[in-house]
Amino acid sequence: MKEIYMDNNATTKVDEAVFEEMRPYFCDLYGNPSSMHFFGGQVQKKVDEARNRVAALLGASPEEIVFTACGTESDNAAIRSAIEVYPERRHIITTRVEHPAVLTLCRNLSKRGYRVTELNVDGEGRLDLNELRAAVDEDTAIVSVMWANNETGVVFPIEEVGKIIKEKGKGAFFHTDAVQAVGKIPIDMAASTVDMLSISGHKLHAPKGIGVLYVRKGVPFRPFMVGGHQEHNRRAGTENTAAIIALGKACELAGQWMEDENTRVKAMRDRLQTTLLELIPRARINGGQAERLPNTLSIAFEFVEGEAILMLLSEKGICASSGSACTSGSLEPSHVLRAMGVPFTCAHGSIRFSLSRFNTDEDIETIIRELPPVVRRLREMSPFGREFLNA
Amino acid sequence: MWDYTEKVREHFLNPRNVGDIPDADAVGEVGSLACGDALKLYIKLDDAKERIVDAKFQTFGCASAIASSSALTEIIKGKTLDEALATTNQEIADFLGGLPEEKMHCSVMGQEALEVAIAKYRGGPVPTHHDHGHEEVEPGEIVCKCFGLTDTFLKKVIAANKLTTAEQVTHFTKAGGACGGCIPKIKELISEVLGAQPTEERKKPEKLTNLRKMQLIQETLEKEIRPLLWADGGDLELVDISGSEVQIAFRKACAGCASSGNTAKFVELKLRDLVADDIVVQEVEG
Repeated sequence: MKEIYMDNNATTKVDEAVFEEMRPYFCDLYGNPSSMHFFGGQVQKKVDEARNRVAALLGASPEEIVFTACGTESDNAAIRSAIEVYPERRHIITTRVEHPAVLTLCRNLSKRGYRVTELNVDGEGRLDLNELRAAVDEDTAIVSVMWANNETGVVFPIEEVGKIIKEKGKGAFFHTDAVQAVGKIPIDMAASTVDMLSISGHKLHAPKGIGVLYVRKGVPFRPFMVGGHQEHNRRAGTENTAAIIALGKACELAGQWMEDENTRVKAMRDRLQTTLLELIPRARINGGQAERLPNTLSIAFEFVEGEAILMLLSEKGICASSGSACTSGSLEPSHVLRAMGVPFTCAHGSIRFSLSRFNTDEDIETIIRELPPVVRRLREMSPFGREFLNA
Repeated sequence: MWDYTEKVREHFLNPRNVGDIPDADAVGEVGSLACGDALKLYIKLDDAKERIVDAKFQTFGCASAIASSSALTEIIKGKTLDEALATTNQEIADFLGGLPEEKMHCSVMGQEALEVAIAKYRGGPVPTHHDHGHEEVEPGEIVCKCFGLTDTFLKKVIAANKLTTAEQVTHFTKAGGACGGCIPKIKELISEVLGAQPTEERKKPEKLTNLRKMQLIQETLEKEIRPLLWADGGDLELVDISGSEVQIAFRKACAGCASSGNTAKFVELKLRDLVADDIVVQEVEG
């Protein structure tokens, strides 16, 4: 069975060109970039090239790029650095819809005496900037607000957030988890208010196990991985050279494909959305009125449960994900949908399709063909669905 | 991805007995849209009103909820009402070749719908959970406010499935799975249920062979000591026995607990009390 992969916010295919770029750095060019001999030196040059490529995608300088092991590490490093730099400050601001990499750390810190403000979102997943304005004070060490949401694709007005922090924050750092945004929408750090920004390689067609923390020049940084001089003492540990080189290539390609993402991929997403809303009654888009990533569609079907939809789609080779409780082993639907106040009836039946440049019109047509009967079948089986269908 | 058995998958993809029975003798409904799963069960009895001749269901829920409902209807068809009432949630899970522990609440939901249907048919008090306002409600104090579960219901599930941790109770009933506010109360209920089980008075034997001593140590750990740790979310594992030296490793809440030294001492006293005076307990990393 050929898979139709529409779960690119979970992870992506490694681009073949990316894989070719990294391939020599396992068995042939395996030198340590820190070594004094030519054999390590040639790897160092490729790592430098990768750093330049990442910086180019972000509109940053190469020395602002710190390679890490993943987006989660980058998020942890940024927040932990900020509270080390400002040991006397005891306030952190984040949002209720952050990725657990940020949210769990903040909640753990709140148990250690930090005051944590979790900003609310409205029904469309949008931030209330007045709430942020009221929350930032001289005690705030860091504000961590994601660039784009992984579940709904809703994009936050990052530069407006940054402006408020700079106005009111007395030097509070501004970190953004841009794991879902980088490679999908243009980002220019040269013109940005962001101090630190997290990237994850496997969300943009590089392999798993590589991430980046962008740290703006002049922003003080305290590493939490110590024990080596790598990355200018900002992240100890021998570089994951092959993955770094792969990420460099992936960033170069992401720059080239950016227009495609925002035209062809977006058009496919929009066609999927419009057609599903036409074909399936009592469906709604989560965050549909907000600015969204071009690749993400979170759609809720009332009276049915998401895991059952996913399993029936999976039988047809279609890979998507769900905001339902049952897929995660937790008993409550996604914290993002709950923060948005999405009614339980919809939250349990929410499905996320996240596209990439590797998707085709044919993929979209297949989903349009296969999904409506799946929803109908489950509704016929559901006591609430039957009431609705009979009404 | 869930590790569902082939049988769960098969009953999810081809559920038996979906639908309704317009002239059903008994109908049982549990769950709600808010809970994320719900089951409506229809039962048709024979002319003598003794035996179930047909059963149908409608389910809102995940794959294992649908498979559990399908299994339930297959299990009860042909049974008398009393035979059907004796169905346990474990039987539903076994029929499907097992369910992931996190999904056991699906099998409990099946058993419950059956109880509700039969209770309503017989006109007795209706056992309920998943707060959906039955007129007559089995007495009990609400423990889990998020899912509307009573202490009566939770104690029943704890006892029937021999549950020993709050986490297990969540997997089987959902209680404590949302805000978590009732977890301390759930632990109390576990202790209550475990404590209520009759424990035989044990006396220390006079003389022991090595083999018998090892057996006794194992037995004492299993029956007398571990259940007490479970009640606090902890556990231990027997690593080795060498002569009178017993090596144990702490697990779950006990692992890394600051007072695990006291717990080790307690284990030693208990073993000396019930097995032999010369036992020394050593905590090891394992």
